[in-house]
Amino acid sequence: MRWPQPVSWHPEVVPETTVRPRHSRRPNRTGERPAPIAVALGAVAAALFLLPFAGLLWRAPWSSLWDELNTPEIRTALRLSVVCSVSATALSVVLGLPLAWLLARVSFPGRGLLRASVLLPIVFPPVVGGIALLFAFGRRGLVGQYLYDWFGIRLPFTTAGAVVAATFVAMPFFVITVEAALRTMDRRLEDAARTLNANRWDTFRYVTLPAIRPSLIAGAVLCWARALGEFGATITFAGSFPGKTQTIPLAAYLALERDTDAAVALSLVLLAISVVVLVSLRDRWLGGFS
Amino acid sequence: MTDTGLHAEVGVRLGLLDLALDLDVAAGETVALLGPNGSGKTTALRCLAGLLPVDTGRIDLDGETLDDPATGAWVVPEQRRVSVMFQDYLLFPHLSALDNVAFGMRRSGMSKGAARKAAGAWLDRMGLGSHASARPAALSGGQAQRVALARALAAEPRLLLLDEPLPALDAGTRVEMRHDLREHLAAFTGLRVLVTHDPVDAFALADRVVVLEAGRVVQQGTIPEIAAEPRSRYVAELVGVNLLRGEADGATVDLDAGGSLTLAEPAHGAVWVLVRPAAVALYRTRPDGSPRNTWQATPAGLDLRDDRVRVRLVGAPPIIAEVTSAAASALDLESGTPVWVAVKATEIDTYPV
Repeated sequence: MRWPQPVSWHPEVVPETTVRPRHSRRPNRTGERPAPIAVALGAVAAALFLLPFAGLLWRAPWSSLWDELNTPEIRTALRLSVVCSVSATALSVVLGLPLAWLLARVSFPGRGLLRASVLLPIVFPPVVGGIALLFAFGRRGLVGQYLYDWFGIRLPFTTAGAVVAATFVAMPFFVITVEAALRTMDRRLEDAARTLNANRWDTFRYVTLPAIRPSLIAGAVLCWARALGEFGATITFAGSFPGKTQTIPLAAYLALERDTDAAVALSLVLLAISVVVLVSLRDRWLGGFS
Repeated sequence: MTDTGLHAEVGVRLGLLDLALDLDVAAGETVALLGPNGSGKTTALRCLAGLLPVDTGRIDLDGETLDDPATGAWVVPEQRRVSVMFQDYLLFPHLSALDNVAFGMRRSGMSKGAARKAAGAWLDRMGLGSHASARPAALSGGQAQRVALARALAAEPRLLLLDEPLPALDAGTRVEMRHDLREHLAAFTGLRVLVTHDPVDAFALADRVVVLEAGRVVQQGTIPEIAAEPRSRYVAELVGVNLLRGEADGATVDLDAGGSLTLAEPAHGAVWVLVRPAAVALYRTRPDGSPRNTWQATPAGLDLRDDRVRVRLVGAPPIIAEVTSAAASALDLESGTPVWVAVKATEIDTYPV
């Protein structure tokens, strides 16, 4: 029997157009069959990434690794690297968070220019950054001469200078990550907080910061990893003085000339740290952070 | 001007919107701002909450001037004691239901222990005591709504603003949530302003309705007043729901205009019955599907609007249906041939007179 049809809106039924069949290779379940040229070039690219690491692992002095790393010079370099990279990260967070907030939330003339200039240290060759730092903060630099004359502060060739150099190259990673999060978060949550007796500071502290927490962490980790690996700006601006400015990358570079095993051992330390950073952030890069 | 209640003249120009709204709300009253998207109702609400300053006008609440560009008066949102139940609720995703409700009390200086205790009592009152530690993502729509309401009320506002409190859900859930909201609102003694684009929400929750269109008030009054005499085509369309009075006795309601209807949500006593014209289905022969409410009626007037036709049907009860013009001609409505009317029980809303 036929049901009485309720009379209401019906979508138009579009007749399927007939398509003349053309025969090609059917794609398999996982997608198109890849073109051989793509496979070949892709394999070369992958080899370019992976072979150096293989070389490092192949050349590593596995039996004497601990002894290589357990020398006073290398322990000093390691300690200095930790001090410099952590200080640079702390400085980047303290200064970079307000900057990210200004860039994301406050409209002011030259904002676009400032936002672009934050990216400069990322695209700059680090050596150029180091030279630029010398002319800004060196003894006769734009600002450096007053720092020295008025406060007696000397940055070049000091640990503080190494921290400044690392901050210069690493802070942009924190700023751009956090700025993006501040711009894309649901700002209506902040409105909700304001109507619930929260002043501006409370709103920032109890709603904004928790909302951007994943990006704060990711930004700080990226920033720290970049600071840890910093070489060019540091050696140009702060030099390579053991115990003062000679961090692991600098020590590894210098060790290459006289003690290859030490250089490889130091490289393995940096590599291990990079792997840990990658693994800890992989959810963010590979699958979002839901 | 009296010293209690809300007296607001809200003048805002924002993009294409030119809003000019005079709104008075007396103590204990619920007023609905009803209008389509872009009519300025949410902007008005943001002004009342202090999230947006007015360009012209003035906002007074219980004798205190909150916003007056002429004198430079401005009270920041956190000191207005105006709470908002936001569209989508905007619960803080990183806090538990309990800490969401405690938020307003904590920020006004209450100790952590006292605030959490009071928040727990609010959740119990909302029937959510067992969900205190749940994150908002783990709550259903109805639960999130109750947490949002508890959070807004726990801040002890003088004025409660509700922005589209009932989301687009299936009809049955909506009816239930509306019912809950109505009960919880009745327990709040402050002023209430409700913003909605749905006339049924406005009818069910508010004492008085202000209809906004493109930033202007086109009509205001009590619900039966507006439904009885819509002053513009727009209002007629907006509030053109079937509004029938009757006596409910559990799952059935006997209508004053004749006939009776079966309800999905039991009701008792004198009630208004609301049915959207689009929810009224017409058949040529008697339907024997799921609709329990079927009766025969005669088309007595057709009102063509774009591709839609509003049909006035005489029967027991009389009702207005909205069908496509194609359906109208298929049913041969113009000849006045009697048709069968069907309304699903879940499409019927009631609220006490």
